[in-house]
Amino acid sequence: MLKKIGVILLIVSFSNIAFAAGANKSIQVKGSDTMVNLGQAWAEKYMEKNPGDFIAVTGGGSGTGFSSLISGTCDIAMSSRDIKEKEIALAKKKGIDPAEIKVALDGLAVVVNPKNPVDKLTTGQLADIFTGRVANWKEVGGKDEKIVILSREVNSGTHVYFKEHVLRKNDPNSKEEFAPSALMLSSSQAIADEVAGNSAGIGYYGMGYISKKQKPVHIAGGQDTEFVAPSIESVINGKYPISRPLFLYTNGSPQGVTKKFVDFTLSKEGQDIVLATDFVPVSR
Amino acid sequence: MRKIKEFIIEKGILFCGLASIFFVVLIFLFLLKEGVSLFKFVGPLRFLFGSSWYPISEPPQLGILPLILGSLLVTLGAAVISIPIGVGCAVYIAEIAPVKIKEVLKAGIELLAAIPSVVLGFIGMVTLVPIVKGLFHIPTGLTALSGSIMLAFMAMPTIVSVAEDALYSIPKNYKEGAFALGATHWQTIWRVMLPAASSGIVAAVMLGIGRVIGETMAVMMITGNAAVLPKSILVPVRTLTATIAAEMGEAVVGSEHYFALFAIGIVLFIISFAINVTADVFLHKRQQ
Repeated sequence: MLKKIGVILLIVSFSNIAFAAGANKSIQVKGSDTMVNLGQAWAEKYMEKNPGDFIAVTGGGSGTGFSSLISGTCDIAMSSRDIKEKEIALAKKKGIDPAEIKVALDGLAVVVNPKNPVDKLTTGQLADIFTGRVANWKEVGGKDEKIVILSREVNSGTHVYFKEHVLRKNDPNSKEEFAPSALMLSSSQAIADEVAGNSAGIGYYGMGYISKKQKPVHIAGGQDTEFVAPSIESVINGKYPISRPLFLYTNGSPQGVTKKFVDFTLSKEGQDIVLATDFVPVSR
Repeated sequence: MRKIKEFIIEKGILFCGLASIFFVVLIFLFLLKEGVSLFKFVGPLRFLFGSSWYPISEPPQLGILPLILGSLLVTLGAAVISIPIGVGCAVYIAEIAPVKIKEVLKAGIELLAAIPSVVLGFIGMVTLVPIVKGLFHIPTGLTALSGSIMLAFMAMPTIVSVAEDALYSIPKNYKEGAFALGATHWQTIWRVMLPAASSGIVAAVMLGIGRVIGETMAVMMITGNAAVLPKSILVPVRTLTATIAAEMGEAVVGSEHYFALFAIGIVLFIISFAINVTADVFLHKRQQ
């Protein structure tokens, strides 16, 4: 009786190994929530063109993508921020060599409720608002209403990018943090929903999430520069001050299906998909 | 042959019986091993009583006081809401309700227990949150109060069913004696039944609270997750559970942040263990 069970277990475990070995035509892509829609659009088109290959795309945040790449549970990590020193060190320890491929650009929109009269802010004002130094909308030309700060969770590349480039103004020695009272929401969609329903809310996310229910604020990089709305043109010509690169990370230089997929994302067709999902193609 | 069969089955069942304890011990050891590593970086007191939680800054600030207070506040709110309603409901079902209504109520409560917490969170987000915001004229409805109300729904089924059991197990002659002395129905319930069932009711409350403090999904969706020291129940809070759930994916394995999340796990484990032990003590008291 026990023997029988043993034999069955043995067969099952072997067949698992066999399955894993035969499945190298399927790859796992994981990471940035900002890029999930883009990744999925790429995967669909790619699989249409290459039947037999299978691309699975999941989100979870840029950090989640890196930790999966490092632990070997995904082939490609999508990220909306650079890999951190710490992560590289950890990857090296596990024998993983992260290679970076820049695949698109994204403008970060700062959005408010359409009822909010404020429609222009400088990056300095944004830093004041998100760190909590400015707590009332009237201080930046709005109604007398307490500002409700909406942020992404710390596993979000968007959170990290916004902190480093807007709150800390690219100064690596800066100690600025999001105000403790900032609400941490778990997805861009949650921020979009809260801004749509809250006249005092202000949040940030990738341009692709803007809809009629939110109003993107025009932003100026400095005191004398002009206020610019987030759009594909303003990101390409560099006038919009908060835009960031989007990356794919692979283990070593990509090979096999991974290489085919990465090449596809950089091809004209792949970059057209970038445009269609409201991101900005990398200039070729 | 029969003996062998008997032997195998016996050992199999023994294994099943021991498995749960075995797993609990394993989980606790793992939690301890990963969590205690944190104290190489941060002192336990600074961890427990530090008031800022910025896990990904350089250097990270890992104070979980706001998270502990957030969890306690949400739990306290849920208890204040669910205990009177839950105990009242149990009294009604056990003592007053006619058979037909009793059946309907019991089915309804079982159904309430069957709603997945993510669904409760979702419903709370679209219905309760705007109501709370409008009612109290506060900047956002994502507050501890919203979380408390939703979690009260989750605690209620546990409280009702355990408290109801406690009321049923009171010997009949208590009640008959009270009636014989000329007490009204309400006097009997208030002066005789509830005190007699008190240890069971305390156990019911504890089990309900135990359920609330460990709840994650619903609170993560509707409490706003801001790591501030809460000054009232109408502000956003961040709970221990939501912090682990939201940040575990990001934490670089082996980093201070990663160990801190495990240490939060230990804190949670200790809190819910204490609650369960209390409930157990009261349940046993009743049986004696």
